[in-house]
Amino acid sequence: MSVTVPHIDERRGRALGDTWVVARRGLQHIRRQPEALADVTVQPIMFVLLFAYVFGGAIQVKGGSYREFLMGGIFAQTIVFGAFGVAIALAYDRTNGAIDRFRSLPMARGSVLAGHAVASLLRAMLPIILMSLCGLVVGWRIHSSLLDAVGGYALMIAFSFAIIWLGVLLGSLLPSPEAVQGVGFIIIFPVTFIASTFVPVDTLPGVLRTIAEWNPVTAMAEALRRLFGNPAADFGANAPWPIQHSILYSLLWIIGIIAVCAPLAVRAYHRTISN
Amino acid sequence: MMHPQSARTGDNAIEAVGLVKRYGDKAALDGVSFEVRRGTVCGLLGPNGAGKTTAVRILTTLAKADAGTARVAGIDVADEPQSVRRRLGLAGQDATVDRLLTGRENLVMIGELHHLGRRVASARADELLEQFGLADAGARLAKTYSGGMRRRLDLAATLVGRPEVLFLDEPTTGLDPRARNELWAVLDTLVDEGATILLTTQYLDEADRLADDIVVIDHGRVIARGDARELKREVGGAQVFATAVDVARLGEVAEIVGRETGTTADVDTATRLVHAPTDGGPHVVSRVADALADAAIEVEDIGLRQPTLDDVFMTLTGAPIEETAQPEPAR
Repeated sequence: MSVTVPHIDERRGRALGDTWVVARRGLQHIRRQPEALADVTVQPIMFVLLFAYVFGGAIQVKGGSYREFLMGGIFAQTIVFGAFGVAIALAYDRTNGAIDRFRSLPMARGSVLAGHAVASLLRAMLPIILMSLCGLVVGWRIHSSLLDAVGGYALMIAFSFAIIWLGVLLGSLLPSPEAVQGVGFIIIFPVTFIASTFVPVDTLPGVLRTIAEWNPVTAMAEALRRLFGNPAADFGANAPWPIQHSILYSLLWIIGIIAVCAPLAVRAYHRTISN
Repeated sequence: MMHPQSARTGDNAIEAVGLVKRYGDKAALDGVSFEVRRGTVCGLLGPNGAGKTTAVRILTTLAKADAGTARVAGIDVADEPQSVRRRLGLAGQDATVDRLLTGRENLVMIGELHHLGRRVASARADELLEQFGLADAGARLAKTYSGGMRRRLDLAATLVGRPEVLFLDEPTTGLDPRARNELWAVLDTLVDEGATILLTTQYLDEADRLADDIVVIDHGRVIARGDARELKREVGGAQVFATAVDVARLGEVAEIVGRETGTTADVDTATRLVHAPTDGGPHVVSRVADALADAAIEVEDIGLRQPTLDDVFMTLTGAPIEETAQPEPAR
């Protein structure tokens, strides 16, 4: 018996088809395990309510209400938390043998990772929509032009895409879903707090202030505030470069994360699964 | 364009030659060679950590051998992994069904990843659910399945692509006796239909029952091979055994059994069991029984038994199969 080698177009079709089959499985997982979405749904809503109603009264921002300031930060933080979801899903697949089964099938190379990435990107849309609604409820409004507003959402989607590769990298490097939770909490959580996520950073002491100023989460938060016409954190007349060019600086980070994490993630993934 | 020669020389569905795989400085496989004839069931038998899973992972393209070659369905696994994958079905050690999908969705997904197309994949899924007694459970999430049902679904999943060779890695590990019997019945059917199966197991009765040929491996090496009868012959015939009532008189029992068989009897104090090889048949048993009665030693049980694969393992490795167990190397 002989088998014909598939034509190149057919192979590409198969790669897309296989990717979609894996992505569809990921979406079914989300639908049937909605509690796994807590980090990008319940948790940010809690933060919005907590900061809008509890801490917000004590925090002053220039040029507008704290609640409008808050949303840019919440968006940025929630997107960063999205790294957990994909990392945990991947680590889980690796530890329970699902990846082995996929690899024993005649699937297109790379379609498992790609499928995870597609499912995660679609998953990332949910908190963005949810946070927008939640913001509207507490008094957040978009004051900018339609073009700027669309730009803000496009920036969020691009940032989500970059973060997914960070998640794939974590999920490939760490041995178990529990390790993902642990490391994620120790690294990712503080990164989103030493930033202008919830407070203007001018009250932070020396080193922390510098970290916050160059933190991509700050840049994302500021870029979104600018694009949505919301009050921004006040950095004074000589604000550092990343703040003055928050949109450009965010885009540089997005490109940087993808350029660094995606190849590393693919390599780490192939190394962990082939042993 | 034709496939680059899927040379199907001979009748072997699997050929492994000198496979070596190292994890760090430990050799999980240390030059393993064996072959499996088309349409037969080969049992790869050995304790935990013997290298069974590593061998399966290399043959199913999941791991690369450090040395040696392997062909599955006549195709080299290292040269053309995709062609090999189209022809194999793998049921891994821990029933890798997707717990958040229904039984049917699991099978349809595998079918789509075999590029059967959605319609054919659906039909195939229904057919397999029926065949494996899961038709009623097809719409339920796999996480609601019992252990036995999950194994059956896993087995069904390996058959979706109509594979030429099936790899079953410890298919009944962790199942209760009833579920194990059910799974054996399913495997019997596959065997009757002429499937080629490589099955790993640490259960001797499983290999005895299902396999045509048995390859015994230990510490990454093949230490024996043959059919069950040949392996049993290596141990040297039947054994006469007696179980003493009083542990204090075990020594006397051993002496009698040894004298009547002309050998030195093995004694297991914990089970109060004495046994020794014999070729004297039932006569030896009656002589032992008479001698015990003369000495007024009570026994619970006495008789003649054919050697089990346990004895084979004991003879080959100097230890019972359970006691040589050691953790499987990390993947």
